[in-house]
Amino acid sequence: MNEVISVTGLVKTFGRARALDGLDLTVHTGEVHGFLGPNGAGKSTTIRILLGLLRADSGSALLFGGDPWHDTATLHRRLAYVPGDVTLWPNLTGGEVIDLLGRLRGGIDAKRRATLIERFDLDPAKKCRAYSKGNRQKVALVAALASDAELLILDEPTSGLDPLMEAMFRSCVAEIREDGRTVLLSSHILGEVEALCGRVSIIRAGRTVDTGTLDELRHLARTSIRAELAEPPRGLADLPGVHDTVVEGTRVAFDVDNTSLDVALKHITSFGVRSLTSSPPTLEELFLRHYADGEA
Amino acid sequence: MTTLTAPAPQRAGTLAGTLALTRLALRLDRVRLPVWIGVAAILPAGTAAQYTKLYPDDQAIRAVAGVLTNPSLVAINGPLYRPTLGALTTWKILASEVILVALMSIFTVVRHTRTDEEAGRFELTGAGVTGRFAPLTAALVTAAGANAAVVVLDALGLAVSGLSPTGSLALALATGGAGLLFAAIAGVAAQLTESARAATGLAVTVLGLSYLLRAAGDAGASWLGWLSPLGWALRLRPFAGERWWVLGMTAAAALVCGAVAYALAGRRDLGAGLLPQRPGPAEAAPYLRGTFSLAWRLQRALLAGWIAGMALWGGTLGSAAGGIGDAIVTNHSITDMLTRLGGRKGLADAFLAAVIGITGILVAAYAVQATLRLRGEESAGRLEPILATPAGRIRWALGHLAFALGGTAVLMAVAGATAGLAYGLTTGDPGGQLLRLTGSALVQVPAAWVLAGVGTALFGLLPRFTALAWAALGACALVLEVGALLGVSSWIQDLSPFGYVPKLPGSPLSTAPILWLVVVAAVLTAAGLTGFRRRDTT
Repeated sequence: MNEVISVTGLVKTFGRARALDGLDLTVHTGEVHGFLGPNGAGKSTTIRILLGLLRADSGSALLFGGDPWHDTATLHRRLAYVPGDVTLWPNLTGGEVIDLLGRLRGGIDAKRRATLIERFDLDPAKKCRAYSKGNRQKVALVAALASDAELLILDEPTSGLDPLMEAMFRSCVAEIREDGRTVLLSSHILGEVEALCGRVSIIRAGRTVDTGTLDELRHLARTSIRAELAEPPRGLADLPGVHDTVVEGTRVAFDVDNTSLDVALKHITSFGVRSLTSSPPTLEELFLRHYADGEA
Repeated sequence: MTTLTAPAPQRAGTLAGTLALTRLALRLDRVRLPVWIGVAAILPAGTAAQYTKLYPDDQAIRAVAGVLTNPSLVAINGPLYRPTLGALTTWKILASEVILVALMSIFTVVRHTRTDEEAGRFELTGAGVTGRFAPLTAALVTAAGANAAVVVLDALGLAVSGLSPTGSLALALATGGAGLLFAAIAGVAAQLTESARAATGLAVTVLGLSYLLRAAGDAGASWLGWLSPLGWALRLRPFAGERWWVLGMTAAAALVCGAVAYALAGRRDLGAGLLPQRPGPAEAAPYLRGTFSLAWRLQRALLAGWIAGMALWGGTLGSAAGGIGDAIVTNHSITDMLTRLGGRKGLADAFLAAVIGITGILVAAYAVQATLRLRGEESAGRLEPILATPAGRIRWALGHLAFALGGTAVLMAVAGATAGLAYGLTTGDPGGQLLRLTGSALVQVPAAWVLAGVGTALFGLLPRFTALAWAALGACALVLEVGALLGVSSWIQDLSPFGYVPKLPGSPLSTAPILWLVVVAAVLTAAGLTGFRRRDTT
């Protein structure tokens, strides 16, 4: 089985609200898959369906080739999960929670547990009610990372972590990737996604709007060009794939679809290029475009 | 740009924001509080109306007054101070009414103080222009307002039923005063503990103790009753030569408790209790390895508290039963009355049977409380990490239900055993009475299980309405307390599982209804679990 998660046409409604509207998601074995989308896009709903907490209305969701609703116990032996909003038992200590969740999963590696607690600088003897949000997040992270699960489902795992801990988290995920294990990482932190994820899926309003490697996604995006020319350009705005053209005398700025980059550059060189800067699309621009699409 | 006129610089007081928080509390409680107030308003007026029909003349009242001198009834409801309709109504309803408004006050105050604080909502409101004492004040003002409404409605209702306005006002004020005092007591409890659950538990324990002290005081050592806020309410003697100065004691105690609450609130940090944080174990004990052991870890404190309470309860009432000599059984009207109350073989047995019936309802409260922990864990989001492991839903639920159902049996056994021991020590047969009363108490268990079953069924099928299990329990208590008197039609009484339980000791043991109750409880539980397995978790 090459696909750890295989979701097609997933639909879930809550009363009148349509949380998922035909969502697709494929995660291959051994990849760190970024799962992105604005708030309320349906990321957590998808994850909850994959965990067998919610039941899909229609469409199919397969986890390790099994049905997440029916084969819950068998499938859960092979995964670990960090919820987006970690709430713990106020009168248990962090150490107790880590052990409990580990044992429920069938055992915990004491050495790895100790190492992770040290790396994340967590005080395991504190009662959970005394932890800050970031520390609660660390408890859930240590519990999940200490397991040797084949799949880690992480729902915005670094919200509340300080930059130092976030860096620690990144190196932990990198190690997991080297082990050949799989991670589904829902996140808003684009730097994190860029650093860790091989492939990403972007969803909006319960549908997948884009999926692929970061390079593939970039390819579909636009590059910004600024240039100083020998003479004022003509006809630039009429070229296919050129957007937001601003011409001030001999200075010009425009965005161009990467597929039309060649044509656009050839066009402006005919006016004599004195200087030129091109900036590739940042991930932010990529996502903002997807997030904002259709809202205007 | 417009020029902003800066408000005159002023130091926001420690009470700033109280009005806004009070409005918030009223908005949040807009259904809950009117229900409490409504029930509290109906009880006295309804009792008075029914008694007017039941005892139309002085002769009838005097006849029943003779019955009410029986020590067991005095221990349960307090003494009848005068053979008048008003005093009779007071005897019947005041103790229950005080317990009702005390619970209303406790729940209201804790909900708007410690619950919000524990949930982190205070951080949000506290960051606005709110003074240090604003949340506590808002909670107390809300509770005080609710009690004031009860006072007005009670006094009006009784007066309209034809009782003397003075006595009506006294009964209403005795009720409202006690409610206010318990609001202040809850205010103190909310400063002491870090968890809302523990704060409620502490305040309810004080209420239980004051019932016991009152019962012990009325049964014998009168001074014990003067230690109890509940005792003060009865000793105000509505309709029986009102002693208004007793209200002063209640008011003074409320002021002292309120001052203590404010003093504590002024000293401690947000989120902290009075006890300093202690570190716990850095590693889980070997036993903590599954859903069952987690349930044990989460439920054990509740069960331990209840066991202690039930031991005290059983012991006190068992020894009170010892004080009831069978010699009194000369008055036939007493035996008649007690036969109707449930027993058949002698006063002490009748008293014990009545007490065990009340105990059944009390323990059913534990059963509901422990069962609804299922929903509590789910809505707090603590179920999600458990279900993301191989642990199944049903196994997780059964862990908690084991405590709800098993704990219920343990509690009835403890109450029966301690009552039997205490009663047996006075009659010289501790071993025999211990066995006999433990058995009598255990007969109540299936009825309490039915209520746990109602809780499980709601949890599985209508998770958003699990709190209705409390309403079901309240209805059972109401049927037991006033059902027969208020002439509630018999099919409604038949809805209470406790109506089917044989009144032991003193009646023959019939097994059929007990088995039926077990079946009903099992069906409800199974329905709930099936529903839970099929539904979305939230």
